[in-house]
Amino acid sequence: MLRISKHDREILLDPLFHAGRKFYLMISVLILIMLWGLIMYVRQFVLGLGTTGMERPAYWGMYMVNFIFFIGISHAGTLISAILRVSNAEWRRPITRIAEAITAFALIVGTLQIIFDLGRPDRILYLFRFGRLQSPLLWDAVSVTAYFLGSLTYLYLPIIPDAALLRDNIPEGAPAWRQRLYKLMALGWRGNRTQWLRLEKMIAVMAVLIIPVAVSVHTVISWILATTVQPGWHSTVFGPYFVVGAIFSGIGALFIAMTAARRSFHLEEYITERQYRNLGYIFITMAAIWFYFTYAEHMTQAAGQLTAEFPVLASKLWGEFSFTFWTMVVIMIMAFIVLVFPLLTPDSWQRSRVFRPRFALANGVVSVLAILALLVPQTQGVTADLLSGLPSPTLRIVAGVFGTVAILSILPWLKSHIIDAMIIASGFVLVGMWLERWNIVVPTMTHPRLMPVGLYTPSLTEWSLFAASTALFIFLFVLFFKLIPAVSVWEVREGRVIDETRDSAQMPLPESSRPPGGLQPAFGDNEPTY
Amino acid sequence: MPKWSMVIDLEKCVACQACSIACRFENNTPVVSPELAWEGREMRWNDVFPAPHEESGDYPNTKTHYLTRPCMHCENPPCIKVCPVQATFIDEEGLVRQNYARCIGCRYCTVACPYGVRYFNWFAPEFESPLEQHLNPDKIEGRGDLEGPAVRPKGVVEKCTYCVHRLRKAHARAEAEGRDFRPDEYMPACVQTCTGKARFFGDMNDPDSTVSRLAESDRAFRLLEEVGTHPKTIYLQEGK
Repeated sequence: MLRISKHDREILLDPLFHAGRKFYLMISVLILIMLWGLIMYVRQFVLGLGTTGMERPAYWGMYMVNFIFFIGISHAGTLISAILRVSNAEWRRPITRIAEAITAFALIVGTLQIIFDLGRPDRILYLFRFGRLQSPLLWDAVSVTAYFLGSLTYLYLPIIPDAALLRDNIPEGAPAWRQRLYKLMALGWRGNRTQWLRLEKMIAVMAVLIIPVAVSVHTVISWILATTVQPGWHSTVFGPYFVVGAIFSGIGALFIAMTAARRSFHLEEYITERQYRNLGYIFITMAAIWFYFTYAEHMTQAAGQLTAEFPVLASKLWGEFSFTFWTMVVIMIMAFIVLVFPLLTPDSWQRSRVFRPRFALANGVVSVLAILALLVPQTQGVTADLLSGLPSPTLRIVAGVFGTVAILSILPWLKSHIIDAMIIASGFVLVGMWLERWNIVVPTMTHPRLMPVGLYTPSLTEWSLFAASTALFIFLFVLFFKLIPAVSVWEVREGRVIDETRDSAQMPLPESSRPPGGLQPAFGDNEPTY
Repeated sequence: MPKWSMVIDLEKCVACQACSIACRFENNTPVVSPELAWEGREMRWNDVFPAPHEESGDYPNTKTHYLTRPCMHCENPPCIKVCPVQATFIDEEGLVRQNYARCIGCRYCTVACPYGVRYFNWFAPEFESPLEQHLNPDKIEGRGDLEGPAVRPKGVVEKCTYCVHRLRKAHARAEAEGRDFRPDEYMPACVQTCTGKARFFGDMNDPDSTVSRLAESDRAFRLLEEVGTHPKTIYLQEGK
């Protein structure tokens, strides 16, 4: 019989057995969206892929974009959690399970996109019967399958002690199938020493093994594009670029998921600002690397100006994809500002009466209006060159000055509301990363070498299936955390013991080389030193 | 073993599109409505179109150069390298073929082909009357194998095969008559029909064949040589 403290039990276990009205409402809405997607998919299955907006030469479209996007999201989890485990980052404990769950569900939803995209989904098993290992698509099938199985194992292993805990502490009146489920999942866990040793060893091995597999997954996805000779895709930087983008968007998804779990299960004392701050540092690093790769990728194309490649770049810089491209650039910069600038803000600004959210909002509205006024005549032109032929320099100055003031005056608020800041940045990054995938897949498709330049607009079918896929992702996530605690109970408990031991240990201050008396000691007196 | 190759003399080509029509009737390529064609769903295994970036002269005395384009039947085809199920493959005579019974419709080959010679069946093909009564009955069929002009199911990729069914028929005829097959017994429908006699077809392994000699001409070039596909469809330059 495993025991759990009353406090943990109330917060972590009890909500699994009570579902409120909100829960049922959410589930019903999600099911409705998925049903709509199912109807559209059946229609597409019966009529053919002609119901999508894809055409010659844009043979791949939104399904491919979503495939890359969702598989990218999956890197949130296992990779982050594995890296943090391997590097013994103590603060990881409350968020690993959420991260790992994202991986498993994003992989399911991502693989589904490939099935949507097939002209003959009934022949999907030919991939195994007649699979050619020389094809990058098969590399992908192998790599994603390995990652999925590995992630499921890696998600499941830390659940075993928690399932045993649930088995032993299941409340009265819980349905019998749940008792059986936890009993089955606990695999006869009794929590003795041998079992713990085995479990810890397995988790450590899996954490190391899963890292190269995760890296391979998005590398191989990038190679699906990069191994062709199509303009704009045939690039060596694609592998690392995709992996970095995947981790970047994955952390964004993780922030949103952990905040959702934190708010709905009231996990404020488990998932604290410490998790947000530390994960935020990784987020900033990824943002910086992402900017570096994006610049490297586009700069080489711009400098080379090859006849087939340059039109692809031109369509992004000032052609028909300029809107999606510059939106991506602007919101990624905004995300970077939201992440980095609060760290540089002096504390004194928080006492200022000027730097308030309302003031920032007013300035922001003025700035956005000015930018809109600048953009409106642009839509009539053939090209949309942002820098030439603008109507009024005054408007530009207004947009710039008010925009800067808006950003500056929101900073103290962002600094004191780190969780909201992270959510805003994550939203920007998720949209920006989806647009990035779009800007990689579609412009190359519509600018082939020997075919007339095409146009691609996703149809209702594709949008519906995108919505349904997102709904499925949320649905799986919500259901899963109605069965399994969102926070790994035993890991958090273990972390608490480690923290307490550390707190009680007396760390001697380093001896000062300065002359005695007169100067302050180099370290604070009360802060525990890790 | 012959290596089949086609030479197209652009100087002689009048862009009449007869090759395109001959191909359509020979290979049962589905006809699509004007609306669908406008959406980019038309299928022309053998396409005739204005060559991109090739307009010359100043307005109003401009000249558009036309290009007629069957499959290049590359010696290093990007399409077969990416196919996950070997639905497209290159046979020992150098023809890049497509098996409709195997294709899973992932369209990776259409994406990988730099020439855009591959087409996808967005819908099930429809033939309006009287077209449906004039379908070519030829097909290559076997266990898990469907090729040639056989009417395609929806959701698979199709492409120019240099009329591989004609090659089969020529072989069968030679065998029935109890003699050896001669390379000049076989030619695709577009070569047979070409109004300007701009197309030549034959065995590249035979140094004395028409195509071998024309391929050595200083007018000979291949489309997009820079992508390293080594096409076996060779063009003769216009105006030289």
